[in-house]
Amino acid sequence: MHPAPSVIIFTTLSGLGFGLFFWLGLGVPDVQGGSAFAFFFIAYVLSCAGLLASTFHLGNKKNAIYALSQWRTSWLSREGVAAIVTLFLFALIAVPRIFLGAEMVISGVIGSVLALITVVTTSMIYTQLKTIPRWNQPLTPVLFLLHALGGGALLAGEVKIAGWLLLALTLALFAAWRVGDRRALARGTTGDATGLAHLGAVRMLESGHTARNYVVDEMVYRVGRKHAEKLRWIALALAGALPAAILLLTPPGHITAFVALALHLLGVVIGRWLFFAEAEHVVGLYHGA
Amino acid sequence: MTALPDKTDKKLGLVIDLDTCVGCHGCVTACKGWNTQHYGAPLSDTDPYGADPGGTFLNRVFSYEAQAEGRPAQTIHMPRSCLHCDDAPCVTVCPTGASYKRAEDGIVLVNEDRCIGCGLCAWACPYGARELDREAGIMKKCTLCVDRIYNENLPEEDRVPACVRTCPAGARHFGDLGDPDSDVSKLVAKRGGYDLMPDLGTKPVNKYLPPRPKDTLDTAPLTAVADEPKGFLGWLDKALEKL
Repeated sequence: MHPAPSVIIFTTLSGLGFGLFFWLGLGVPDVQGGSAFAFFFIAYVLSCAGLLASTFHLGNKKNAIYALSQWRTSWLSREGVAAIVTLFLFALIAVPRIFLGAEMVISGVIGSVLALITVVTTSMIYTQLKTIPRWNQPLTPVLFLLHALGGGALLAGEVKIAGWLLLALTLALFAAWRVGDRRALARGTTGDATGLAHLGAVRMLESGHTARNYVVDEMVYRVGRKHAEKLRWIALALAGALPAAILLLTPPGHITAFVALALHLLGVVIGRWLFFAEAEHVVGLYHGA
Repeated sequence: MTALPDKTDKKLGLVIDLDTCVGCHGCVTACKGWNTQHYGAPLSDTDPYGADPGGTFLNRVFSYEAQAEGRPAQTIHMPRSCLHCDDAPCVTVCPTGASYKRAEDGIVLVNEDRCIGCGLCAWACPYGARELDREAGIMKKCTLCVDRIYNENLPEEDRVPACVRTCPAGARHFGDLGDPDSDVSKLVAKRGGYDLMPDLGTKPVNKYLPPRPKDTLDTAPLTAVADEPKGFLGWLDKALEKL
């Protein structure tokens, strides 16, 4: 799949933002006044910037309001609704916390659950697609949740919890690649896709076009496979293993947490690029890919 | 709504004969022509006379080669367009309700006044049948020429999809695949029409008729007629050798 910057930014930032909301809803860290403002501000900037980025690739933005209408069937619509409800509810939690020093325990817990639901709906946009076997597996929502929870805990200053979550993320990334590779191989061949396999070995002689087109650009995108393996290890180390090691093995401090966060963010962006760029769409079989 | 209808009264669709299709791309051109001038936003071309031309098409013909062990290769031309699936994944993923399947005839359409051009329906389609128009920013797909098939301003013989009307080989058939007594259903039953990628559970309405089995030659095509010529040929062989 084409790794559009808009979707990479969207999934990275909004995941982090809603992850931070999850911890803030639970009262972690337990802050009021000015520091509560700082934490909520970061969560809002991340989640809103992510959601805005996701609209960049829309061909026809003027109809965007309709995207909230089909929550009964569409995960993308559910995601939009869940995100807006979560952001609205957290405004009702943040204001009393910042200005009144209130605890807002029950609404906080509800907000945390909604933040997680938002992350799950994001992940289901990708997980639901049977056409992309690599994504269509239970580890995809697990990955999105661990990214959000781990990154959110790191932003919330819960370094030990963040360390363990990022360790879990490392294992989940590794497992998702292994399972994904197997699923991608099981897609079949051009012969299976065309239903011509009974005639012998099938290959494409001529594609239906001499120029590039939307389907090819969007779905038959092929990464320079040369570096994919290296990039996986880099993403694994930066997003999960290295920050986890720093957080779990060094004494807590602002500098170590900042280094861990910077490494984690870079790793997540590389990992998300791979998430899209590596994903094989079954339509590629018709194109001999 | 992007919920699929429980059942459709008819299942209008195409039956494409892979034995007969000669790969002339006539259907591609007829489709592009009709759908650029009628229903919805035109199918745009980008940089049509420049160095990197491109454009939106609702139907494209691919050519494949199949070769069994020890047999000559054969060419199969496969026109590919929307299959108007019964369980269309492109419809249910749509966040805006722009994509829908009609309960009366099963045609899958896009309401262009609602489409946001997010492209998720194209991702959900296994067949590459949907293309986002780069000019309009709207998702385009085969309408089964909904503006022809019910159009009483057209002569009756023209009330079929443009691709079917134009096909010079008669490789494309249009009809109600939900009615077991229709011509297209009989054709599918007789010729063993099949679904593309049935394991994905999309239940396509359109069917493909497989190429008919080919004859086999008793001898390999390029065996020498005579390795050791005798008689007149033998004399000629020797005479020419001596020259």
